[in-house]
Amino acid sequence: MDEPVLRVRGITKRFPGVLANDHIDLELRRGEVLAMLGENGAGKSTLMNIIYGLYTQDEGEIYINGRQVEIRNPEDAIRCGIGMVHQHFMLVPVLTVAENLMLGMEHVRGYFFLDKERTIREIEALSKQYGLEVDPRATVEDLPVGAQQRAEIIKVLYRGAEILILDEPTAVLTPQEADDLFMVVRSLTEQGKSIIFITHKLREVMEIADRIVVLRGGKLVGTTTPAETSRAELANMMVGREVLLQVEKEPAAPGEMVLAVRDLRVLDDREHPAVNGVTLEVRAGEVLGVAGVQGNGQRELVEALTGLRKVTGGQVQLLGHDTTHAAPRQVIEIGTAHVPEDRHKHGLVLAYPVEDDLVLCTYYLPPFTRSFNLQPYAIETNAVNLVDAFDIRTPTVATPASSLSGGNQQKVIVAREFSRNVKLLIAAQPTRGIDVGSIEFIHKNIIAQRDAGVAVLLVSAELDEIMALSDRIAVIYKGEIIDTVPAETATREQLGLLMAGVHEAEAGD
Amino acid sequence: MLDANFFTALLSLSLVKATPLVLGAMSGILCERSGIINIGIEGMMLMSAFAGFLGAVFSDSLWVGVLVGVLTGAVMGAFLALLSIRYKVDQIIGGTVINLLAVGITSYFAVIIIDNQSLSGIGVLPIIQIPLLADIPVIGPILFRNQPITFMMLILVFVLHVALFYTPWGLRTRAVGEHPRAADTVGIRVNRMRYLDTTLGGMMAGLAGAFITLESVGSFESGVMTNGRGFIALAVMVSGNWRPINALIIAYIFGVSDALGVRLQLGDVNQLATLLIVAGLGMLIGGALWALTKYLGRRDENKVPVTQIALAVAGLVMVLAPAIVEIPETNIPFQFLGLPPYILTIIIVAGLVGNVRPPAAEGKVYEKQ
Amino acid sequence: MTTETDASRGAESKLGLFSRRVFISILSIVLSLVIGGAIIALSGGDPIDGYLGLWRGAFGKEKAVVETIVKTTPFIFAGLAVAVGFRGGLFNIGVEGQLFVGSICALIAGYAVELPPGIHAAFALLMGALGGAVWAAIPGYLKARTGAHEVITTIMTNYIALRVINWSISQNGPLRLPGSALPETRRVLDSARLPSLTDTTPPLHIGVVIVIVAVFFVYWLLWRTPLGFEIRTVGLNPSAARYAGIKVERTIVLTMVISGALAGLGGAVQVLGLLGYFTTGFNVGLGFDSIAVAMLGSNHPFGVAAGALLFGVMDAGMKTMQLRTQVPRDIVVIIQGLILLFVAAPLLIQPLFRLRQVGEGEQVSISATWGGEG
Repeated sequence: MDEPVLRVRGITKRFPGVLANDHIDLELRRGEVLAMLGENGAGKSTLMNIIYGLYTQDEGEIYINGRQVEIRNPEDAIRCGIGMVHQHFMLVPVLTVAENLMLGMEHVRGYFFLDKERTIREIEALSKQYGLEVDPRATVEDLPVGAQQRAEIIKVLYRGAEILILDEPTAVLTPQEADDLFMVVRSLTEQGKSIIFITHKLREVMEIADRIVVLRGGKLVGTTTPAETSRAELANMMVGREVLLQVEKEPAAPGEMVLAVRDLRVLDDREHPAVNGVTLEVRAGEVLGVAGVQGNGQRELVEALTGLRKVTGGQVQLLGHDTTHAAPRQVIEIGTAHVPEDRHKHGLVLAYPVEDDLVLCTYYLPPFTRSFNLQPYAIETNAVNLVDAFDIRTPTVATPASSLSGGNQQKVIVAREFSRNVKLLIAAQPTRGIDVGSIEFIHKNIIAQRDAGVAVLLVSAELDEIMALSDRIAVIYKGEIIDTVPAETATREQLGLLMAGVHEAEAGD
Repeated sequence: MLDANFFTALLSLSLVKATPLVLGAMSGILCERSGIINIGIEGMMLMSAFAGFLGAVFSDSLWVGVLVGVLTGAVMGAFLALLSIRYKVDQIIGGTVINLLAVGITSYFAVIIIDNQSLSGIGVLPIIQIPLLADIPVIGPILFRNQPITFMMLILVFVLHVALFYTPWGLRTRAVGEHPRAADTVGIRVNRMRYLDTTLGGMMAGLAGAFITLESVGSFESGVMTNGRGFIALAVMVSGNWRPINALIIAYIFGVSDALGVRLQLGDVNQLATLLIVAGLGMLIGGALWALTKYLGRRDENKVPVTQIALAVAGLVMVLAPAIVEIPETNIPFQFLGLPPYILTIIIVAGLVGNVRPPAAEGKVYEKQ
Repeated sequence: MTTETDASRGAESKLGLFSRRVFISILSIVLSLVIGGAIIALSGGDPIDGYLGLWRGAFGKEKAVVETIVKTTPFIFAGLAVAVGFRGGLFNIGVEGQLFVGSICALIAGYAVELPPGIHAAFALLMGALGGAVWAAIPGYLKARTGAHEVITTIMTNYIALRVINWSISQNGPLRLPGSALPETRRVLDSARLPSLTDTTPPLHIGVVIVIVAVFFVYWLLWRTPLGFEIRTVGLNPSAARYAGIKVERTIVLTMVISGALAGLGGAVQVLGLLGYFTTGFNVGLGFDSIAVAMLGSNHPFGVAAGALLFGVMDAGMKTMQLRTQVPRDIVVIIQGLILLFVAAPLLIQPLFRLRQVGEGEQVSISATWGGEG
């Protein structure tokens, strides 16, 4: 018991221009849950990828049960009893659960052939032992996210892991599913497994952790336990200064109807129904937050509203125009701004200079185009003004967007969308994966837009963000708005149940 | 009207004509299942056809020639993998480089080695008859009386099918082509798999090349060896949804079309009837496969792929028509008779592409972040 | 993982990037010539003699220089066609076929109608461009509507064009010169021929002027017009283009139409400016070489012009080389293939010369939409 199962000493990792890990020391004791807290970019993932052999450290040593080991690749890590459940599941979608689990350590029958039945029996045994329910014969892409995560955990256990690294495991779960996961985690530690639980959610840390370590800017800035600390203190350690957990705003003054959606139906990429009869309204000067666990039709809803996805049923009215089947440009020209969920795929042309990305939606209008000719001077002037107004950190306006940090890339999008004369703002996951400074900046700007009379539809998987910004909150579950509640009376528990598809009336018992 | 002998001969020739397409498609399948796009099949075939021919002539053994051809293919495959993985060349451009270099190298050395020394071929691989089985009417001559590479092709289709879907190697290959990071995290060497599979893929193209010079033509002449068959093989691969057995079926349609073209030039069949049969067969099999993929992938239980079934039925009628009614003689220029495979390819690629699913990670360099 | 600004890359000046590219292109050419020389030597030839022959054939006399210029012209047209496609994210391998169709359309317009001189030539050129545009629009439309990858469909349209044209100039073909024993077409009327600036053979026809205009036109189109902005946006990130309200399908078809028109114009200039008729083997392979030309010129119109000049030199010189030194002309194809290889794989030569890595810049990934997932 005295010897920690995992100990790292002086781990340092440099990337071009960044010191991702700076002499980190860490201990993991047998049977404990060690929560690792930190902002995006604090170096959590880098450290875990080093322990799991996906990166090699520049300096430092790793000890397993007191013995120094060298981990050059995931195979070495697996041999040392380390298993990792990645934030983005490492499962091949087109293969079955059993195929995914046997991958790399296949049982063979008759010299050449896969012995699937044997693997399936082994999986079923493990699944019973730890209470992780999953069908080994199901194809991964057909499974709900929660089941995929269970498959991922079994995969790690199947490889004989004693140390489990869970990387942001609750990001894709409802609060209730998260509770189920916590049960699994406890059952695992009771059976002697040790767990590193990576997260940036303070509430979870307080609930599940035995000990807590906090990373900031690649350095380990604190070690504590839930009993000794508070959420405010942890937030402080994480960010390095006082954090406003609440955005200041006046009560909303809703005006005319801007967006009215009636019984909207949309299919996803695989032509399954994704949005099943959504009805909602957004008025000028209010923020409607759409809360829900990822993958409940939010993306399809936003794409349908902005003309990017075909609508199969229902109606969309935007400022009196019927935009149900409108092209993206029509929607934009009526006065819609859209901060897309995936900034690299939709929001930016990464190879373009910042100045071109800033006119991505308006390049064809004066002053940027006059008599069929682009006006480079007007494009540059526009960029210089916006870079200044939105505090975009870029060497020049001719710098490619790809070399900006995530927060600054997001600011480019926000600058472009907010600087137009818009009536409706659709913001999907506007602060995902960016630093706290940029988050605060973007939140302030969203509220400023609202106060200027813009109707805002905010879609986010972060309940805190939804609760901080919204005036009304609509909860989406399996493509339906199952309830809309006023923000001031909404509680986290109430929303959590709704996100899991449970109405309060039903949950009464 | 057409009799059974004609059909037997035609279907047998069709298999021969399909052989390089199937081998080419399998080359593509091997590479792409592991995540490397191979549009250099044409060039690989050409180089192997040339090297195989020289190997046979200088060793005076056709089998040594086949071996040289296959090894040349392996080198070409490894070269494509090297460009794609080590040097991060866009894989489609890498394939184009191979195609261009193959034309240059073969035509240059064809002048230096073959023309200047007036080398001539040493014949083609002999026909092998499998005793008893070859005597079965119709099927016997088609399946069991062939030259060796054609036999090898048939065996390889089934070997590859089993290997891809029922062995650890196949599982790993598919995982690497679909989600390389997932494969990496369980300790599979992604790029090593890709080198291996692309080299194996090159060997398939090499065998196709050897087929052309050593089993089919018997000589090498710049500019007329591969005739775009490497590209048609790609279309076969895509429309077969990256599955070896589907590729065999689809390549066979092209084979029939090709074989009919040959018979037409011999002038012993009715042109219009032939076109009806080719177009009909294409519509029949294409429509049926298309309908099947639609049906299997359907979301709405009651939705029947009517258009596709209608296409298949119309095809069936066209195939049967020459056997029922007399088709008048026409005089279509022979250049036009070669068009159906090209048009068919476009139709298949355009019609099926929404319904097939390429390996998700192809064309992307895998780097450890 | 951690995306932090790499200042050195962000601050990379455009000029620095440009000169690095030029440097790599030149290195690629030199290296390819060296390897080509080694191949000649290994196969029993004299590389220095061979290259001297090549040089003499390209620049030896005034006539040779004219020939070089005239040979460069179609490479520029075809290279521009490929480059426009690449900028729009399309790998137009069909330039070969579009050139042929352009040639044939210009030919028909050149002999089947009677118009005043000058106007007739302009009309025939226009028909050539139109023919190429229409032929390219087919794979463009298929790509836009169904996602069929243009690499396969354009290769197929090449074969179709080739077969139909071969038929049209074969015995009894509709375009065959009556009474001729050779596979050649009727002659265009004199009124449709392009005027020449010299009285050499080949003539220095005004196609040379047209192509220079085309180079500037393509530059203007791509970087100075909203349409060019749309083409480049679709080429770099079709999802973002759709998001920005650009009609991606329409842009794909337009890109192919422009690309095909340039190719068709190139074919038309060849027929109207050089022979005045069409025959088998005329311009064969030009469409494929133009891929290397476009790559060599980094898909930039000025770069394309430079790359085309190199190909024009080799093309003009190779006949003399083969005649004088017995080195087979196909060595040129090998060298061209090698150039494409080195230009496409700068990582291959960087370690040789200890160069710093070239930044991403505006590079299009062609493989991105393979199999129709785009």
